[in-house]
Amino acid sequence: MERSLSLRAAILSLAILAGLIGAWHFATLPTTGAAGDVDPEYAALVSGSAAEGQKSAFPTPADVGATLWKHLKDPFYVRGANDQGVGIQLAYSLGRVLVGYGLAALVAIPLGFLIGMSPLVYRALDPFIQILKPISPLAWMPLALYTIKDSGISAVFVIFICSLWPMLINTAFGVASVRKEWLNVAATLEVGPLRKAFRVILPAAAPTIMTGMRISIGIAWLVIVAAEMLVGGTGIGYFVWNEWNNLSIGNILTAILLIGLVGMILDVALARTARLVAYRE
Amino acid sequence: MTAFKDPFDARHRLTPGCSCGRHASEAEHAADPATSDGRAQRMVEGAVMRALFPEDATRRAFLGAVGAGTAIAAVNALFPLATATEVFAQGMPIEKKDLKVGFIPITCATPIIMAKPMGFYEKQGLNVDVVKTAGWAVIRDKAINKEYDAAHMLSPMPLAISIGAGSNPIPWTMPAVENINGQAITLAVKHKDRRDPKDWKGMKFAVPFDYSMHNYLLRYYLAEAGVDPDKDVQIRAVPPPEMVANLRADNIDGFLAPDPVNQRAVYDGVGFIHILSKEIWNGHPCCAFSASKQFVTEMPGAYQALLKAIIEATAFAQKPENRKQIAEAIAPTNYLNQPQTVVEQVLTGTFADGLGKVMKDPNRIAFDPFPYESFAVWILTQMKRWGQIKGEVDYAKVAKDVFLATDAAKLMAEAGLTPPTSTTKTFSVMGKPFDPAKPAEYVESFAIKRA
Repeated sequence: MERSLSLRAAILSLAILAGLIGAWHFATLPTTGAAGDVDPEYAALVSGSAAEGQKSAFPTPADVGATLWKHLKDPFYVRGANDQGVGIQLAYSLGRVLVGYGLAALVAIPLGFLIGMSPLVYRALDPFIQILKPISPLAWMPLALYTIKDSGISAVFVIFICSLWPMLINTAFGVASVRKEWLNVAATLEVGPLRKAFRVILPAAAPTIMTGMRISIGIAWLVIVAAEMLVGGTGIGYFVWNEWNNLSIGNILTAILLIGLVGMILDVALARTARLVAYRE
Repeated sequence: MTAFKDPFDARHRLTPGCSCGRHASEAEHAADPATSDGRAQRMVEGAVMRALFPEDATRRAFLGAVGAGTAIAAVNALFPLATATEVFAQGMPIEKKDLKVGFIPITCATPIIMAKPMGFYEKQGLNVDVVKTAGWAVIRDKAINKEYDAAHMLSPMPLAISIGAGSNPIPWTMPAVENINGQAITLAVKHKDRRDPKDWKGMKFAVPFDYSMHNYLLRYYLAEAGVDPDKDVQIRAVPPPEMVANLRADNIDGFLAPDPVNQRAVYDGVGFIHILSKEIWNGHPCCAFSASKQFVTEMPGAYQALLKAIIEATAFAQKPENRKQIAEAIAPTNYLNQPQTVVEQVLTGTFADGLGKVMKDPNRIAFDPFPYESFAVWILTQMKRWGQIKGEVDYAKVAKDVFLATDAAKLMAEAGLTPPTSTTKTFSVMGKPFDPAKPAEYVESFAIKRA
């Protein structure tokens, strides 16, 4: 029964995909317009659809498939500083995300631990966190560029500042909501504070902390594309911007697909890790 | 290299060797110190001669009377030619060979970009990385942060940075203009019957940046038609690559933008070219090559080599016969990332107008590196006119400090070009003459202004 359910779900997924691609294909079929009387000299200077008096068309699924294949076939080429393969661009983005995210984890988890242990600090810092949390990464960018004076570090900083808050809040919340009974048991057994933190509180709060980390990696991956579009140079966000420059929808769709794929892989990786620290009460 | 590399090329050289015939190949010819020394000597002598006799007629009369050999000897007695030649030929030592130059992917940056694939930087012994940048604010910040040693900017930006409009005041210089003309007003195809700017009230326009020639020219054009650019229409700053996408989505009705954006809008059937910017002011400057004053004073050797490369590239770009070759060099993804035909139409001036006609205007874009100080004064009057700068402005001083006309003149002479004899010139914008000596009166003379 279980197997047949997942099989049926897979079939349904494929059917939805086929339906979407089919709809896309029929929506973008080239309209054979009756525009025979165009000056051939003029037609040579503009794109096919503009010669027929229309706006350039959205690419068909086949066009996008071809573009995707072209990028996947040769992902690591370097043709000058401003033209590198999509694999290299993804690697740049992943590198920035991992550095920014790693730094955020290094700060957020210990800090969240301390905040969670003290209800007073928790209450006192709460307004600051609530105000800083919803700020868009792009709002930080001009400030970062102005003060840090380095675009690469600014991008990492923006990742850092945006992935900090979910981890901080979740860690603090997880630590603050460790069951009183367990702490009381630890107190009865006269466990030292360090041991209490690592042997009682950390395992108890771990699932909540992992949830925070999972939210954060998603945000970090969202943010990097926006940050790189603004700063330029390298990364998948720069790739999208560069192809936007060229109004090349096929290349942009390829990038969108790859961004989604990498985001999913990051999320699944953290979900797996979260399962390792899960426990049943 | 075999002599019959391409048997179908009628102009292929049959004999191996260089253009002067004394070397085995063109590369050796260029490397030979004798020929390049001779060129430098000739250039310096030429420059001194021109300086001594600014009038061609007097120079010729003098040469006719005494002969060229005596003339050189006479000039030599007055001016230590040998020393000067040596200084110019060797140049200053280059303090830093690996340089980064930022650019925005538009055809205005042609000399900066093409100097890389076509080897103009290399010729000066520089290893330059040209880095594509997302927008004017970012290029400004990266240049100020010294991530770039020099950058492609809009010609009003060095003035704005120097006087602290829109940023902290930092001494900035603009030793060379990149291009003159080369912009256009593009409107959405649905406005093809509204060609009179008087009917444009309520429209939304885009310009690349607040401190841009585009902004001042569009405002000027609208104001001349009686449309107040602040009250009757909306003008917003949109980075060039986003303009076509916004025009397509009906977010804006038109824009005054750098190419290839205008031609790209035509190529994609989204807009048509209403007028070229040369119809507003023929010969207006647009983009510039700029560097911080600090770079200029701390690394004079690198600065001079870089500027020389840019000026030589600009001279190369000015020749119509080179334009197709340049389009091919700068259209790929690494640089402009545009279909080659779009770039070619911009550079050659034979272009589709978006309404079914093929237009021919070889002066659609031109390249002239000379940063006339009167350009700066005009820009400052417009900044004042639209309230971007407040209070008293010492027009002439700011213009002189930022537009380094004397540097450009010196290097232009070295590159074998003839620099203009005066650093100012008068011109007229939409038929209204501008006198750079009377900027304050000029600002006062406009009916629509914020000052």
